[in-house]
Amino acid sequence: MANFSLKVNGKTQEIDVDPSTPMLWVLRDHLKLVGTKFGCGIAQCGACTVHLGDNAVRSCQLPVSAVGEQSITTIEGLSENGDHPVQKAWLEEDVYQCGYCQAGQIMNASAFLKRNPNPTDTEIEDAMNGNICRCGTYTRIKKAIKNAASISNA
Amino acid sequence: MTLIKTSYNRRSFLKSGALAGGGMILGFSWLASCKPTPEQVNNMPKEWFNINGFLKIGDNGMVTIMSPNPEIGQNVKTSMPMIIADELGVDWKDVIVEQAPLNTDIFQRQLAGGSQSIRAGWSGLRMAGATARHMLVAAAADTWQVDASEITVDNGVISHTATNNSAGFGDMASKAATMSVPEEVQLKETSDFNIIGTDKRNVDGPNLVTGKPLFGIDIQEEGMMIAMIVHPPAFGLTYKSMDAETVKSMPGIKDVFPIDVYPDDVEKQWSDGGAINKLVAIVGETTWQCMQAKKALKVEWEESSVLESTEGHDEALTKLLNTSAKAPARKDGDVAGAFKNAAQIIERTYSAPFLAHNTMEPMNFFADVNGERALLNGPIQTPEFLEKTLASRLNLPVEKIDIKMTRMGGGFGRRLYGTFGVEAAVISQKMQAPIKLVYTREDDMTQGTYRPTYKVKYKAGLDNEGNLIAWHVKGAGSNDDLLFENRFPAGAVDNYLAEKFSLETNVTTGAWRAPRSNFVAGAEQAFIDEVAEAAGKDPIDFRLELFDRAIKDPVGEPEKNDYDPERYAGVLKLVKEKSDWNSSQNNGKSRGVSAYYCHNSYVAQVLDLNNDTDSPKVDKVWCAVDCGIVINPMAAKNQIEGGIIDGIGHATYSEMTFENGQPQHKNFDTYRLIRHKEAPKEIETFFVDNGIDPTGLGEPSLPPIVGALANALYKATGQRHYNQPFITEKSVIG
Repeated sequence: MANFSLKVNGKTQEIDVDPSTPMLWVLRDHLKLVGTKFGCGIAQCGACTVHLGDNAVRSCQLPVSAVGEQSITTIEGLSENGDHPVQKAWLEEDVYQCGYCQAGQIMNASAFLKRNPNPTDTEIEDAMNGNICRCGTYTRIKKAIKNAASISNA
Repeated sequence: MTLIKTSYNRRSFLKSGALAGGGMILGFSWLASCKPTPEQVNNMPKEWFNINGFLKIGDNGMVTIMSPNPEIGQNVKTSMPMIIADELGVDWKDVIVEQAPLNTDIFQRQLAGGSQSIRAGWSGLRMAGATARHMLVAAAADTWQVDASEITVDNGVISHTATNNSAGFGDMASKAATMSVPEEVQLKETSDFNIIGTDKRNVDGPNLVTGKPLFGIDIQEEGMMIAMIVHPPAFGLTYKSMDAETVKSMPGIKDVFPIDVYPDDVEKQWSDGGAINKLVAIVGETTWQCMQAKKALKVEWEESSVLESTEGHDEALTKLLNTSAKAPARKDGDVAGAFKNAAQIIERTYSAPFLAHNTMEPMNFFADVNGERALLNGPIQTPEFLEKTLASRLNLPVEKIDIKMTRMGGGFGRRLYGTFGVEAAVISQKMQAPIKLVYTREDDMTQGTYRPTYKVKYKAGLDNEGNLIAWHVKGAGSNDDLLFENRFPAGAVDNYLAEKFSLETNVTTGAWRAPRSNFVAGAEQAFIDEVAEAAGKDPIDFRLELFDRAIKDPVGEPEKNDYDPERYAGVLKLVKEKSDWNSSQNNGKSRGVSAYYCHNSYVAQVLDLNNDTDSPKVDKVWCAVDCGIVINPMAAKNQIEGGIIDGIGHATYSEMTFENGQPQHKNFDTYRLIRHKEAPKEIETFFVDNGIDPTGLGEPSLPPIVGALANALYKATGQRHYNQPFITEKSVIG
């Protein structure tokens, strides 16, 4: 066990945990931030996507010991009032079916749009290819990302 | 106006009361239709038994509709309250949908609706809304001393024009609660609907995009520990022994022990399909600690039955299809004679592998069991059956078992089989403490109630003019005999023979989105395409000729034929028109068509592949749907789109194979699911507007798309596809 001081959603959190523990389980079990989802545990599905600094990362493969000073943002901290352009676009397009994968999709999409504010369809598909949606909402996700890009650029 | 009697089973259907703080409450049966089965009637012992939905009208005019059942992703939590709200005459913005409180003295049962929720609930929900409206109007008539028939209700306002009286729902709600529940109520004309048929966004949307704890796996309770299981690595193996001691001393681990989940004396329900009797349980403080212990634990297994393989399943199914069934499932005319006289005979065999459900939320359940009572909470579609199994397994009366349900991260049939709930209860009982059982993805994928593996052989005979004169189908599946023998083309061919076979296997199987149809539709529709080609006819015209025959002069007793050929032909004509079938055959796209009927709904699809490259991609899908009245078009289209993407994905990429009883795919690194890049660029959905009562929507768009894809692939590559997943047959999409 070891002590870590983590910056999560703008707050500093102290935890005592095995250094190999993935951030996914630190968030879910220790910090009770359960918006970040467990899907596969091997970085294949994207359900656990969070932001490490400005980058989208798979938290199931990110040991707590590797985080250091970098800030972590989860779906709960993406915006104060649930009004990030990506969240707004998701609501507008009524994207979700079961909704389980959508936190990961939203976190991946929001980091991507920050890097590429005017993406082409192919760039969206490439960027989102690591996030599985078992319900098959891919066409709506793509529409929502384009919609979010236009909200942000308005 | 449609007059509908509320007194049919009023004893169990409607009950009204006053709210403590002012306002009215109306209780009703959410999912039961007006015409319960004899069994349901016999099982309705008490006045409130079947009441599981509520409508509250507060004195501020806000209407709260309480839904007894959580979501699987089919959006009933939004669509079903829309039906009530429309009949009630309230403005949708004044409606709040809440998850009903569970297991109170009032609620006796929460039933998961499955694919038939809207169809079964349609009349009951309309009646509930209309009854509340009627009572509000009666209260206003009494207050204003006017005739109730002169009162109108619009957007939450009750008006009497002649006397210039008007009131909001809130003003009349308390008085309405004292009015008697009417013997019969008038329902709206379908043309007067103003909420049904409009786009309404998912009521849980804001919670979903902000990551609120909605799912079973999100449950956190005081003093709760995490539990995981280790199950046999192969079907046909059973638990023998383990070395638990070294693992017990690992950080955070509380206990490691074998569990008898289903001892011989437990009375199992159908929902215990896929049950594994003996497992190992690991209980610890955190999920990660349990995962580490699970990795380190050495367990010995022993053979208890045959260790099967995919090769063996395949051979056994082929063998079955080379025999004759003891009795045909259906026989019309003289099939052997017709084949003798046929100008052309086409015979093809199609196959599909086992499939895992792979809900994105792995199986999980919370349980807190002690000697006196059991509290459970989690994602399950069949809580009433889980309760029965638990009563038997835990030796508790059902009154001492309390089961709550959470929103579900996908179902597709998997959460009909709630063995994980029993496992959680047994582990909690042993620990005498609250636990949350969580499956890893590997547990989830390798302990399935899989979609069965199937094989089907079709043989068709054509005469000199290219007319279909004989049809012989033989279907076989693992623990499932596959065919719907009274569906198309039964009734459209003079000489028809259907034979079906079931292969017993120890690989556990169960319902998977659109059971049987998910395979047989694609095979049948690909075969028809090939037969139409042999007949020298356009594939749509060829199908329409057959429907025409079934309309004008159906073969066999017409009531035996389990489809309406006019509605079938209707969707095919609609998709033909919308996709501009005749004029765009040479636009550089490869095009396939398909049509199918299941879950009481009709779907026809045209699929375009963009074959600019060596690996064609799905460019566009046109989908025509006849599911009667569409409640919420925006959500309905979502279901259709999802079914199409799901169908394309599984037929192209996915399979579960076995060697020595061991599932060969354990996670998404080798079990391939469709991803963003491989999804169709565009899906356009068209609904038939016919005012018929609504039918199934969550499943019917999946089965036919497999046929449309196979037929388009043939156009693109010149190769027919007979064996799923198609990626094993060279033509790659994406």
